[in-house]
Amino acid sequence: MAKHVLLIEDEPNIIEAISFILRQDGWKVSTHSDGTKAVAEIARVAPDLVILDVMLPGRSGFEILQDLRSRAETEKLPVLMLTAKGQTRDRQAAQDLGASHYMTKPFSNQEMLDVVRGLIA
Amino acid sequence: MLSFNILVLVATLYVTFLFIVAFAADRRAKAGRLGWLRSPLVYTLSLSIYTTAWTFYGAVGSAVRNGLEFFAIYLGPTLVFVGWWWVLRKLVRIGRTHRITSIADLLSSRYGKSAFLAVIVTLLAVVGSTPYIALQLQSVALSFATLATGEASGLGASDVNGTAFWLAAGLAVFTILFGTRNLDANERHHGVVTAIAVEAIVKLFALLAVGIFVVWGVAEGPSDILERVSKANINLSSTSGSRWVTLLFLSGAAIICLPRMFQVTVVENSDESHLSTASWAFPLYLFLMSLFVLPIAVVGLAELPKGANPDLFVLTLPIAHNQEGLAMLVFLGGFSSATSMVIVAAIALATMVSNHIVMPFWLYLRRSRQAVSGDVRSILLLSRRISIAAILALGYGYFRFTGGTGALASIGLIAFTGVAQILPALIGGLFWRGATRKGAIAGLCAGFFLWVYTLFLPSFGGAWLMSADVLVYGPFHIEMLRPRALFGVLDMDPLVHALIWSMGVNTLLFLVVSMVTFPTPLERLQGVQFVNVFQHSSGQGQRSSMSVATDDLLVVAQRILGSERALALFRDAALKQGKEGGLPDPTRDFVEQLERQMAGTVGAATAHAMIGQITDGATLSVEDLIAVADETAQIMEHTVQLEAKSQELAQTAQKLQHANEKLTELSIQKDGFLSQISHELRTPMTSIRAFAEILREGGSLTEDQARKYSSIILEESIRLTRLLDEILDLSVLENGQVVLKRDHGKLSELVDRAIAATSSYDNERPLKIIRDLPSEDIDLVTDLDRLSQVFINLVSNTRKYCDVAVPELEIAVRRLGDLVKMDFRDNGSGIAEKHREIVFEKFSRLSDASSAGSAGLGLAISREIMRNLGGKIEFVPGDGRTLFRVIFPIELAENSGKPMV
Repeated sequence: MAKHVLLIEDEPNIIEAISFILRQDGWKVSTHSDGTKAVAEIARVAPDLVILDVMLPGRSGFEILQDLRSRAETEKLPVLMLTAKGQTRDRQAAQDLGASHYMTKPFSNQEMLDVVRGLIA
Repeated sequence: MLSFNILVLVATLYVTFLFIVAFAADRRAKAGRLGWLRSPLVYTLSLSIYTTAWTFYGAVGSAVRNGLEFFAIYLGPTLVFVGWWWVLRKLVRIGRTHRITSIADLLSSRYGKSAFLAVIVTLLAVVGSTPYIALQLQSVALSFATLATGEASGLGASDVNGTAFWLAAGLAVFTILFGTRNLDANERHHGVVTAIAVEAIVKLFALLAVGIFVVWGVAEGPSDILERVSKANINLSSTSGSRWVTLLFLSGAAIICLPRMFQVTVVENSDESHLSTASWAFPLYLFLMSLFVLPIAVVGLAELPKGANPDLFVLTLPIAHNQEGLAMLVFLGGFSSATSMVIVAAIALATMVSNHIVMPFWLYLRRSRQAVSGDVRSILLLSRRISIAAILALGYGYFRFTGGTGALASIGLIAFTGVAQILPALIGGLFWRGATRKGAIAGLCAGFFLWVYTLFLPSFGGAWLMSADVLVYGPFHIEMLRPRALFGVLDMDPLVHALIWSMGVNTLLFLVVSMVTFPTPLERLQGVQFVNVFQHSSGQGQRSSMSVATDDLLVVAQRILGSERALALFRDAALKQGKEGGLPDPTRDFVEQLERQMAGTVGAATAHAMIGQITDGATLSVEDLIAVADETAQIMEHTVQLEAKSQELAQTAQKLQHANEKLTELSIQKDGFLSQISHELRTPMTSIRAFAEILREGGSLTEDQARKYSSIILEESIRLTRLLDEILDLSVLENGQVVLKRDHGKLSELVDRAIAATSSYDNERPLKIIRDLPSEDIDLVTDLDRLSQVFINLVSNTRKYCDVAVPELEIAVRRLGDLVKMDFRDNGSGIAEKHREIVFEKFSRLSDASSAGSAGLGLAISREIMRNLGGKIEFVPGDGRTLFRVIFPIELAENSGKPMV
């Protein structure tokens, strides 16, 4: 059974692109755009991997990550952080908060696939 | 009988001896070997000029005539020296501190350096002393005649006059030689003083010798004398009480006020401590001088023929008993008494006359010609020498004029009363700071006049200036003004009468005038210096007590100079004194150096007061306090300036802090801005790159998918371009570099344009716009494109963010004079309160950005545009809906382009 990836992102065009790339590679992809309800959505969907954008409406990706790591059921859940800011400060914050991996936009499709494969396998 | 020639020879030899003594003493002093010249004994003996020929010869006469009255003349000075020792000490201290040259100088200096006062005192002194000098000349001449012939009237009048003349001439030479060798009052006349001390011994020795000869040679011991006294025809208690008091007062005043006494007591004093010796030794000297007066008087009365002049008993008794050697000794004693008095009096008077009358007059004459140049010193010496000669000439003239009239003693008392007039101003000046120059002048003039009128002129017995007629009936026969019964005061001893009137009026005027007049600043200053002389000076012209703990000095120095500097200073001083590692001795040099160092920090007055307190234990004087206060005021002024400066600095620091905070804020904003820009650029680029890669791979893409993905790439590219345009636009607006156009246009047309430009969104959700067209009929002169840009932003924001199903926008226009006010109100739920502050900030997109398709720079740009147009845009909180208000001038100011608000 195909592994489940939950993409939490608010830019429609980016959602479209990532979904397409991952589905083509054989992953099951579901998406979500609202920061405030992200944690509940993760709990509901129980994905194998979460791709989490930092700049989300309502709640930032960092806060969501912190929340996930403080819960037993999602403590070890692989989380790939995406950010468009590209500052070392943000990268450091993501690592400190326990992100499994961190990618700066824009990225190559192959890079994305490699990271997702690495995190789930 | 001694021959006249032998007498002349002896007298000449004696004078030669005195010359040698004076010369030797001067040489010794010049060589710096003062030694015994500065001993208290010499000082005490020099004071003996008080006992002149008047007392040497006249005391016996006085005892014969008035019983014990002569004793009062000795008692007065004794009381002053024993009881008023501290007054003399104050005089001496002032004399040295202020380099006083005479009693006239003292009064003048005390009362604000008044030249007039000095002249009055000088005149008074000359008038009072001239008869006295004449008296000395007469006594010597008489004794000369007596000794040569055996009786007082043995010599022809011409011979007596000749003797007096040569005596006066000789004394003038001696005085000029030894009295005007130097000018500085501080360089004392050691030669003269020494010669006088020798003379003091001679006269005491002579009188004692006569006394012993009389008691044990003529009479049969003290008991016989006592018996003779009780039998003698001498009324021991003939003197009235008031006359006793008068005599005591006069002799006491004389010892202070007589110019010659002032000269030896104050001017010639070399050490203040000599006074303590003199305070007992001088009364002892007086006691010895008076010891045999009564025995000589009673023996003289008994042994000598009736009608013999009792004033010459001292001389005639030995002659009567053929004791020629003793008689010669007595002659030399009397000669000593007379000459020493005349010499010192001449020096003192010459100093006063020359300093206060001749020199000022000479300077006044020179004034018109040129500035004083050349050797004033030689002029001063010359003037002093001429003054000495003139004074002696005056004395001789007086002697010739009065021709031996009157008893010796009465002339002495008249002189005493004259100089006593100085006393009120002198004592007042020493102890009363309120004494003023006008008071002193008033008192002195009145006293001087009354003395001349009631005592001096009448003493001629109606022979000179004042006729006998005036004496008896008063001037113009006004009885009230009779000189010896002024204002009807009758039956009083003329001396007591004169003293009461002159001293009474003198003192009263001095007090009253002093109280009703105000001292000049200089008088006030001098007054404080004189009255508080002990706090302003020290006994030796240096600090009196150096037995001060260096520790104390160090503590104070550390406090003032700082520990390190003070320690270094003390270490250096100790090293210099050869006391390595220890504290230095508080030598004068060191203390003065320390004071100078401290003065550099706290000011001279404060430093002096501080050091003074440690070294002398002196209390702070008013002057010190004033000086300290002055310095304190300066320091306070500095402090105020410093405070102002520090306030300035604090303000600057605050400004800097503000600027720094602003910079930090700007830096954070810049970081935030860059971060935002990065985000806004990367987001579309992410889509573009991803789809570009997908399209390049090709693969199993459907045609629809491929077209859709291409459209996304295009759309995001346009978004990127618009974003860059907005950023550049904002940058230009913010920097004020924008170039504004001034075009004419109607407001309504601008609003039309804005609505048309945003109408492409109408496809999704139609917006109802409510306008009042007539109100929009306003002609504008402004940058129309920029203004419409703002309207477009506001309308599109409503289209994008108004969160109701059927959005409405009401545009209300109102004209306020030269301004236009436009309200853009929608029917949405408004902006949350926490966001109202940031709606105009860059990238302050409050909701889902992607849906709006903008970077959140719209309102920031609008705000900058309105600022450039001289207006403003603001969010108006109110009824819960979103209301933006735009205010701008109808006509854009010329040369605009810079922010006006």
